Amino acid sequence: MNPAPLVALVGNPNAGKSALFNALTGARQKVGNYPGVTVERKSGRMALADGRPVELVDLPGTYSLDPASPDEQVTRDVVVGRQEGERLPSALVVVLDATNLDNHLRFALQLIALGLPVVVALNMVDMAKRDGLTIDVAALSEALGVPVVETVAVRRQGMDALKTALATIVGDGTRTVRAGSPPEHDIVTLQRRARAIAVAATSEESLQRRWTHRLDAVALHPIVGPILLAVILFVMFQAVFAWSEAPIGWIEEAFVKMQDAIGTVLPAGILRSLLVDGLIAGVGSVVVFLPQILILFLFILLLEASGYMVRAAFLMDRVMAGVGLSGRAFIPLLSSFACAIPGIMATRTIDDPKDRLTTILIAPLMTCSARLPVYAVIIGAFIPARSVGPGIGLQGLVLFGLYVTGIVAAMVAALVIRRTVARGESAGFMMEMPRYQMPVLRDVAIGLMQRAWIFLHRAGTLILFATLLLWALLTFPQSPTGQDQVRYSAAGRIAEGLETIVKPIGFNHEIALAIIPAMAAREVAVSALATVYAIESGDEVQTERSLVGRLRGRWSLPTALAFLMWFVFAPQCLSTIAVIRRETNGWKWPLFALGYLFVLAYVAAGVTFWAATALGL
Amino acid sequence: MRLNELPPHEAATIRVIDWSLLKTSEARRMRELGFDEGVRVETLHRGPVGMDPIACRVGRMTIALRRATAAAVSVDPFPMAAE
Repeated sequence: MNPAPLVALVGNPNAGKSALFNALTGARQKVGNYPGVTVERKSGRMALADGRPVELVDLPGTYSLDPASPDEQVTRDVVVGRQEGERLPSALVVVLDATNLDNHLRFALQLIALGLPVVVALNMVDMAKRDGLTIDVAALSEALGVPVVETVAVRRQGMDALKTALATIVGDGTRTVRAGSPPEHDIVTLQRRARAIAVAATSEESLQRRWTHRLDAVALHPIVGPILLAVILFVMFQAVFAWSEAPIGWIEEAFVKMQDAIGTVLPAGILRSLLVDGLIAGVGSVVVFLPQILILFLFILLLEASGYMVRAAFLMDRVMAGVGLSGRAFIPLLSSFACAIPGIMATRTIDDPKDRLTTILIAPLMTCSARLPVYAVIIGAFIPARSVGPGIGLQGLVLFGLYVTGIVAAMVAALVIRRTVARGESAGFMMEMPRYQMPVLRDVAIGLMQRAWIFLHRAGTLILFATLLLWALLTFPQSPTGQDQVRYSAAGRIAEGLETIVKPIGFNHEIALAIIPAMAAREVAVSALATVYAIESGDEVQTERSLVGRLRGRWSLPTALAFLMWFVFAPQCLSTIAVIRRETNGWKWPLFALGYLFVLAYVAAGVTFWAATALGL
Repeated sequence: MRLNELPPHEAATIRVIDWSLLKTSEARRMRELGFDEGVRVETLHRGPVGMDPIACRVGRMTIALRRATAAAVSVDPFPMAAE
């Protein structure tokens, strides 16, 4: 049987391609990677009007077939049939923003000239109408020589018409359509032709994009704008704590009930210890942070979908220029607050190689969501939950401070990197500012579900494995009665070596134990501590079940603060190192990142410990 | 007059762009974003620090760019301020 024909979605950034992709494929999506490069490949199945299935692939948005970044190169290579691991598409859906025809048409003309069957999706026609634009679809279709379908992807309008149009042009998948190489048109000529077609097909009543203008008057105001940005970020970090309290309580309760249930069914012994101390204490202590991670991602997805992210880049450009970067770097860095991996992958939109390298190297300093469990436990245990002002909790404030520390460190690191290992002229800043859009609930929900799945998947595999391994290393060999099990165990002996190194910065034996498996993923530090203290307390009557309570009695405040500082800097995430290796094509830069971040972590934790001790905290 | 000197909310037409002042990648990006002779431009916003970068309406798009880049664009202000 032949595979389903491949249809590719192509278009300028901000044409509404992803919304169209979601509307056509629903939640049946596969996210993978193109071989050799780290460009994300998003594909899904859909049925044409005649019932035939096709595979729809969402290509990275680009302005032309003249690639400036790895992302754009994939788009070019796919549409000319040169991309490794991808068939030549049987047809293209070219997505155009109806409100921005003269610019988007130029790319459409380039794509049509390739000779593949093309349907044009004239997207956001509702916005065009609101702007006072009327577009003559028949005239446009005639001028381009391909079918044109009006769509409103965010409201799933025009999808049937699009599927009907596609059915007429998609072959049976057996005949190969050979695309030529991209025609060597010069951009200016194409642009002028595009503008002529756009002008002929559009009648216009007013030039106003009223809402975007009014919002920008506030969001980009020289004084109000930066304040608004600071407020948004502050609310975001407060919400991570405030909104998650209740759901975290429910998850904790569920895990405690599971432990109790197992405790009553199984007799005390190795199996019960494995389940209660290893599995549930370890994995449970990480899963508990799902609500906080989802809240953080919710904010980032909303900021992206609404169009505000580019405004933030605009406001931050000059500040970023001060450390040799551009506002463009702000978006990957802000994404890195959720996770450095998508953040580092998002640097592919930065065309300047040195800008990009610098951004990659400092991205791990942005406080990612995997640090949240660590911060939350330590803050919960050592920082009193009192209010320091209306709506401002001390715990939230400390958390905010940790984020700020990461940001300041990243800026200083960028400044140094840009003057040493990535020296060079600044690359400048140029970006399209899309209109504001009401985020579509459905698209945000799909994004959140994907994140939740990735997190739970990690908890179920990587974190589970690291936790169980640690449990085994902590449990065996069994200590003779009267001796401390944790110190006697295999893990305890390994940690003893490390302890001599980390003792000067205030770390105890248990921390030395926890930071080894936390190399797999930062959250593991929490599950590791939970497992260590669960085993240590043995099968005695447990007065304090939660890790927070256990830590409170055992660590001094300087130790806790040093531990927090360690996690601001330490590159404890193998996946991030792997992504840096992939993105920079070699071991040089990931090893550099490992080295400089561990040195920073050690120094910062040490300084914090000794300063706090000197202050008598 | 150059684009970086154009007062906010005053419309102008691009007279000429001195591509030689720009890096190749920058020049290409500018062409892609619709900068061309005869196109209508208007400065809408200016950044909070040092009034840099600026956000310009170019054709139907709003483009953010640094003042140093905008200096390569010579513009003719409209004789009568339209809006």
